[in-house]
Formats: sequence, structure tokens, C-alpha cells
Amino acid sequence: MRIHETAVNTAVLLALLSVPAFAWWTDEPFTITLATRAAVLALAAVGLNILLGIGGLVSFGHAVFFGLGGYAMAILAFHAQNYTELNLGIGVIDGTNSMPVIWLVAIIVSAITACLIGLLSLRTSGVYFIMITLAFGQMFYYFAISWSTYGGEDGVSIYVRNQFPGLNTLDPIQFFLLCFGLLCFTLFVTARVQRSAFGVALNATRQSRARAEAVGLRPVRLQLVAFALSGAITGLAGALFADLNRFVSPSMFSWQLSGELIVLVIIGGVGRLIGPVIGACVFVALEHLLGGLTEYWHIALGAILLGIVLFGRGGVLGLLTGQDGARV
Amino acid sequence: MSEAVLTTHKLCKRFGALSATDDVSITLLPDEIHAVIGPNGAGKSTLIQQICGSLRPDSGRVELLGRDISIFDTAARARAGIARTFQVSQLAMEDTVLQNAVLGAIGSRGISWRMWRNAQQTPTLIARADTALERVGLIEHRDTVCANLSHGQRRQLEVAVALTLEPKAFIMDEPMAGLGAEGSKTLTAFLDGLRLEAPILLVEHDMDAVFALADRISVLVYGKVIATGSAAEIRNSAAVREAYLGDAT
Ligand SMILES: Nc1ncnc2c1ncn2[C@@H]1O[C@H](COP(=O)(O)OP(=O)(O)O)[C@@H](O)[C@H]1O
Ligand SMILES: [Mg+2]
Repeated sequence: MRIHETAVNTAVLLALLSVPAFAWWTDEPFTITLATRAAVLALAAVGLNILLGIGGLVSFGHAVFFGLGGYAMAILAFHAQNYTELNLGIGVIDGTNSMPVIWLVAIIVSAITACLIGLLSLRTSGVYFIMITLAFGQMFYYFAISWSTYGGEDGVSIYVRNQFPGLNTLDPIQFFLLCFGLLCFTLFVTARVQRSAFGVALNATRQSRARAEAVGLRPVRLQLVAFALSGAITGLAGALFADLNRFVSPSMFSWQLSGELIVLVIIGGVGRLIGPVIGACVFVALEHLLGGLTEYWHIALGAILLGIVLFGRGGVLGLLTGQDGARV
Repeated sequence: MSEAVLTTHKLCKRFGALSATDDVSITLLPDEIHAVIGPNGAGKSTLIQQICGSLRPDSGRVELLGRDISIFDTAARARAGIARTFQVSQLAMEDTVLQNAVLGAIGSRGISWRMWRNAQQTPTLIARADTALERVGLIEHRDTVCANLSHGQRRQLEVAVALTLEPKAFIMDEPMAGLGAEGSKTLTAFLDGLRLEAPILLVEHDMDAVFALADRISVLVYGKVIATGSAAEIRNSAAVREAYLGDAT
């Protein structure tokens, strides 16, 4: 059976919207929190999908950006809640609990870091690329553990969720809608980018580097931009994730998290616009439904992953739309 | 005499003990098809790679319209006006025919930084892509995914992508390979007219095509140019017969 991809995209987003809407109706805030978790993880994976799906670069260090977003939130909010100043070396600033400001900082810091990591890692390819991105992830992880100002291994708790003009962010449904809105907006931007000249060029570079160069394109430059965009989105997700939990810890930088993001993308369908959203929903549902029964729920996740890799390269979305290629 | 469009000066490239190109100096003049022939392993593809920038020569230089482009990378040479077709098709296999042609337009116009506008709905890109597809006879396949094309159609698309670059010189590595008699004839007729747009450096094994098309022929053997001349001169050269044509006839 073939279903048009746009119809699937809409259906997936409506499904993700309807679960918390129903939970709000029946007053089950925990379910809303689960849906928010799915939306935020989906956003992080949408970021990774730009690099992995369109660019064909398997980053095993995307937790770096997730963690940077998280710590950007934690550091700014930490100083705001303690009424202390934040010394940047070049000057002193106050903390803030304004979400838009925090998001902006998370996006900028992640994008710049992504450029730097990209400059070094894009000299390599294949397994070496995977290893070097993993190494960067570990570097940030151990740095966070040893950074005692912000809790070291224990992380930082932020007692009150940060603020967004006009919303009560402590109300679960309002915070969900905020995250969901950002997810939809990012999906829209990603879809545009994917179809743009840049997207066509990046997508072709993944398929044939020689072809790209022969028409006058510079693969590394394209991949670097993809890296920055990808990191920025995952960084934004990290800031939201921190606000969802009102807590950050070095585990946001862990290689397990990098791996989970890759898993989300693969489950949903590599390079497919809505793939990461499906992946995140499946992941959070499994985690919740099976996680309550056994602590070995990852085995079930592994089995699903194995099934997809062996039998359906296009992931869940590939099964639904009957094609395993991507895109554009 | 008119100035050469493309010139190589004493290009040398060694792979270990093997001299893949040995002091190769050739010119590509306006409006001409200059064929490079030679047995397998003679160094034809290696020469093309050095001209296009994907392989650095050990010594020697490459000039385009009198400008030394030796330090240019592949992308810069493409933008400067060198359009290459590959011996083994290099296409975005998951993309449609149109997307591959649009890619050429994007690359040559240097607009790969545009991240918002739909490339396949941008009239200037589409016009350029469609014109190229029309000319090679692929226009009715423009929405076919490349992986579903026949071998011959892929060869045609290689040429179409080169056309979208609107280059100063074409460098073609065995464009007829695997085309069959009918396909070779069509492509031969097409290249015959194309030389007036930009000269073609043509590496080809199909001798019928070479003798039908080439204004000049250079014979490459073990990395060395052993003769350059008109089709008639090459056909009648004793040295060439011995080294190369002899075992072909
Ligand atoms: N990257 C390489 N490393 C080592 N040897 C190579 C390389 N590329 C080509 N060669 C050798 O150089 C010679 C010329 O190859 P090539 O240019 O492909 O020949 P042609 O295109 O004329 O058939 C061959 O002997 C080939 O084996
Ligand atoms: Mg060859």
C-alpha cells in the first residue's frame, strides 16, 4: 500500500497533538509530559537527520549539541535563580529565565561549536568520522563531569521553569504546545531547506562527491553548513529538554544519547522529513510501556531496530509509503 | 592562429614506478574535437583527472584561456569553464533526471548557499536544465529516478549535466562506452554540432566515432604522447600503427 508522504506527515503530527490534547481533557499531566518528551527528542533528531539523512554523515557525537543547549539553559537560569553574575572572561552578564534568550544562546553556541567540530572532523570520512565525532562527545562529557561550578557529575537543578511571554510554562499543556510549535516550525524550515538549491546540492554530494565537485560545488563547505544547521536545531532541543526536566546533567553529553538520536532517525526512516518524529514517538512509547515492566526494555528496542535495518531500510515511514529512498 | 582554449604543459604523474602521464603537452583549440586515443592503461583517465583537478600532477601545468589554473581545485575549474563527463557515470542515483540537471545549473551559477527557494520551482534553473535534457533527448524522462534509467540514458544524462554548465571546454571520458551502435551514432551526431559551442577533448575507444569526429587526434601510449595529427595522418602513421592501431585492426 502506498500512501502519499504529505498525508503521513500530517497524520503523524496530528497524532502527536491528539494524545496530549486527550490527556489534558482527562486531566493526566504525566501523559502530556511524555508527549512533550517525544516532541523534544523528535526535534533533536530532526537536527541530526539533516546531517545524517541528507548529508550522509553519521555523527556519533550529536549529544554535544544537545548537552550544550541544556547547559546554556542551566547556566543562564542558574545565575538568574541565585541572583549571581555570570563571568564570561570578557565581561560580566546577568543570568536570565527568558526562554527566547536562552534558545538564542543555545542555537548560537551549538552552531559555532558545530562549525569547529565540522572543520576538524570533515577531513575524515567513514568510520574515522564516526570515531572523531564520538571523541568530541566524550570530551564534552568529561568536561561537564569535572565542571564543579555547575554541579559536576550531579548536574544542576532549576527550580522554576523558564518563562515565555504570554504563557504559563509550568502548565504542562502550554509547555507542550510551545515545544510542539517549535517542532512544526523546524520541520517547515527543514522541508524548505531540503528542497532548496543548498538541499539539492547537499543531497547530491552524499550520493556522489565526484559529481558534486565536477559541477563546481565544494562538498566540505556544504557539509559544514549542514553541520551548523544540524547542531543548532539539536542545541535548541537540548534547551527545551532541560526545561522539561528542570534539570541538566552530564548525561546529556553521553555517547548513549548520541546513539539514541541515531536510533530515532533510523527507526523513523533516514532522510525522511517526519522520520525522526515517528522514531521519537515509538521510542518514548516503548520506554514508557515496556520500561515499566522490565528494565531490559532496550532489548525490545534493539529487536525493532534490527528488524528495520534487515527488512525495511526506509524505517517505519518506508513501510507506510512503500519506498525506501528518500526525499526532496 | 587562434589561441588555445585549454593547454597542458608537460604534465607528469607517477604511481610508484609507473609513469601514468609522462610529459604530456596537448592543446585544445577553438571549435575543435581533439580525440585522445590509446590502449587500456595508457593514462587517458589519469590525464583527464589532472586537467579537471581531481588528481594533482607531480609537475607540469594546466591553462584555460591563457590562465594558469594549476592551483585551482576541481570545483574552481568547473566554475572556470571545464565540464567533465565520467567514464563511469557519476550521478545522484536517488534523484530524478531533472534534479541531476538542476544540480549542474546550481553548481555552475554558484548559488548552493540559497537555502529557502525551491530549486525545482526556480524558473532560471529549470529552463537551463530542461534545455539540456531536451538536447540530449531525455526530456520525457525528466521525472524518472536516475537509478531506473538504462545505461545508455545515464550516459546521455552525463552529457546533459555537462551542458548545464555552459562550459568553455568539454572533457569527455569515453562517452560512447556501452552505448551500442544506435546510441553511438546519435551521440556522434550530437557531439559533431557541439564543438561549435565549446571544443571537446574526447577520450574514446570507439574508432568509428573518433575518425568521424576528430579534427585532431593524439595517441597516448604508456603515458607518452607518441603522435598528434589529423585523422588521416594518424591513420597512416607507422609508429601509431605499430604501437596501437596495429593490434586493433
Ligand atoms: N590511483 C592510482 N594508483 C596507482 N595506479 C594507478 C592509479 N590510477 C591509475 N593507475 C594506473 O595508471 C595507468 C593509467 O590508468 P588510466 O589513466 O586509468 O588508463 P586509461 O584511462 O588510459 O585506460 C594504469 O596502469 C593504471 O593501473
Ligand atoms: Mg580510462
